Amino acid sequence: MSLSIDEVKHIARLARVNLSDAEVTWMHDQLASILDHFEVLSEIDTDEVPPTAQSFELTNVDRPDIAGASIARDSALAGAPRQEDGYYRVRAVLD
Amino acid sequence: MDSAVPEIDLNRTAREHAAALRVGEYTSRQLTEATLSQIRSEQDLFNTYITITEELALQQAEAADDRLSTGEGDPLTGVPIGVKDLLSTKGIPTSAGSRMLEGYRPTFNCTVVDRLQQSGAVIVGKTNLDEFAMGSSNEHSAFGPVRNPWDTTRVPGGSSGGSAATVAARGVPLSLGTDTGGSIRQPAALCGVVGLKPTYGRVSRYGVIAFASSLEQVGPFGRDVHDVADLLTTIAGQDSLDSTTVPEPVPDYKAGFERGFEGLRVGVPAEFFGSGLDESVRSVVETAIERFETAGASIDRSVEIPTVQAALPAYYIIAPSEASANLARYDGVKYGYSFKDGESVDEEMSMTRGYGFGDEVKRRIMIGTYALSAGYYDAYYLKAQKVRTLIRQEFAMALSKCDLLLTPTTPSVAFALGEKIEAPYEMYLSDLYTLPVNIAGNPAISVPCGFVQGLPVGLHLIGRPFDEATLLRAANAYQEETHWHEQAPQSKY
Repeated sequence: MSLSIDEVKHIARLARVNLSDAEVTWMHDQLASILDHFEVLSEIDTDEVPPTAQSFELTNVDRPDIAGASIARDSALAGAPRQEDGYYRVRAVLD
Repeated sequence: MDSAVPEIDLNRTAREHAAALRVGEYTSRQLTEATLSQIRSEQDLFNTYITITEELALQQAEAADDRLSTGEGDPLTGVPIGVKDLLSTKGIPTSAGSRMLEGYRPTFNCTVVDRLQQSGAVIVGKTNLDEFAMGSSNEHSAFGPVRNPWDTTRVPGGSSGGSAATVAARGVPLSLGTDTGGSIRQPAALCGVVGLKPTYGRVSRYGVIAFASSLEQVGPFGRDVHDVADLLTTIAGQDSLDSTTVPEPVPDYKAGFERGFEGLRVGVPAEFFGSGLDESVRSVVETAIERFETAGASIDRSVEIPTVQAALPAYYIIAPSEASANLARYDGVKYGYSFKDGESVDEEMSMTRGYGFGDEVKRRIMIGTYALSAGYYDAYYLKAQKVRTLIRQEFAMALSKCDLLLTPTTPSVAFALGEKIEAPYEMYLSDLYTLPVNIAGNPAISVPCGFVQGLPVGLHLIGRPFDEATLLRAANAYQEETHWHEQAPQSKY
């Protein structure tokens, strides 16, 4: 599978990672060479093989729903780059 | 007081320090002061720490002395330890080796740090690492590379490079790292110390800054197997804050030590001795295999892990995919670095992440986003997860015939700083023998087994799930037969 420059730009947009034009070119070359090494996977027959998401499946791990201590608002906000009236502040997300 | 300070031998193991503290040869405060002085001088040479936690360390040391004076205490009470700067420490800067977490001080401790503090261990600093634990050389740190104490022109391995190097350099007897694809065992091998990756689910990941959640575990570094067993005992066990930890009890890891190699069946899979292996490393590891055999273990060379050649590509799909999701949380809104001069939320987040993340982290976020994106999911992510099933099955099959598997930890000894920085796939190959184990979830340990041109070589033992006891027993038996782990680097410090 060949990777295009436009695809690199698209992925960077999806991932919200700003890349300069020079970085796009560099990233394209590096990703393309890494993806080449993934081709070996297509040679392995996995038609009848189920996928594994996690090595030792524990299922339905739960606990009683009891309220416990939580982090104080001031302490959670202490590292916030911008805050206002006890909230994190961001730019408007709607026009 | 100063004139009465005894000379403290920092070559000692944690167990030897613990014994000295109990007989009053020196106090934890004195040991901690000597350690802080050593790691400060080591810092200039090897850049092993990101933060030295002097104030906290001295408080903990005094508390440990109080506890020991009443005749109480655990094996680690009063003993200095370094922890990888990926582990959240309440009120203490936690950087993950990244610009992205500039100024970040967690509001809570990770579970393993809580357990260390309950045991009375003295945390002296947060060790340097590859950014967000992504790398095999410690060169991908926003705080500069760590240097290998055996040769400062070479890398210590990664991502837990600082944790391995400070134990090798006699800064601390013990440290904690994390291992997602080899990040404990590979630097342990390259720095000539012992490093263990526990079975997935054995140790809590709560509060460990996440990279690839289905692969990573916290684990110990030490200079001998006894110390590593004691530290594993301290951190292992179920945690209600991490639902992937298992309810299995933590056994006495040293109970079998006196049985040595007796009755041990050791599998040597040929796939780990292929063309990628440096010939000098091969020869050192073959000598270690002979040692196992003459000391009483039986060697089985018929075991196979045939799909292992696909482990590396599968890993570099699975781990970046998980990373791209885990690292989505760094948006410049809640903590850390934030770009504030954009026109929109999108622009500010993209600029924050474009500047805050280093090259390797960006590369992996990009690979992961690509592998999970529409049209490629089946060919990459799903395929890799199926290959994961095969590799797990093959390890289970091999370990049904043997008690453990023996391989080299790394294909070569420590490489030069800068040698692989522009060739990411070359760098990935240094984890060729370690990352299949993360894919399967099994436990594994690296112990020193010799030298090639003055640089340490690691022996890699892989065990059955939750059978760390057999791994530790075999590794300890090997250390009783050999003296490789007692060698110290000759660097001038």
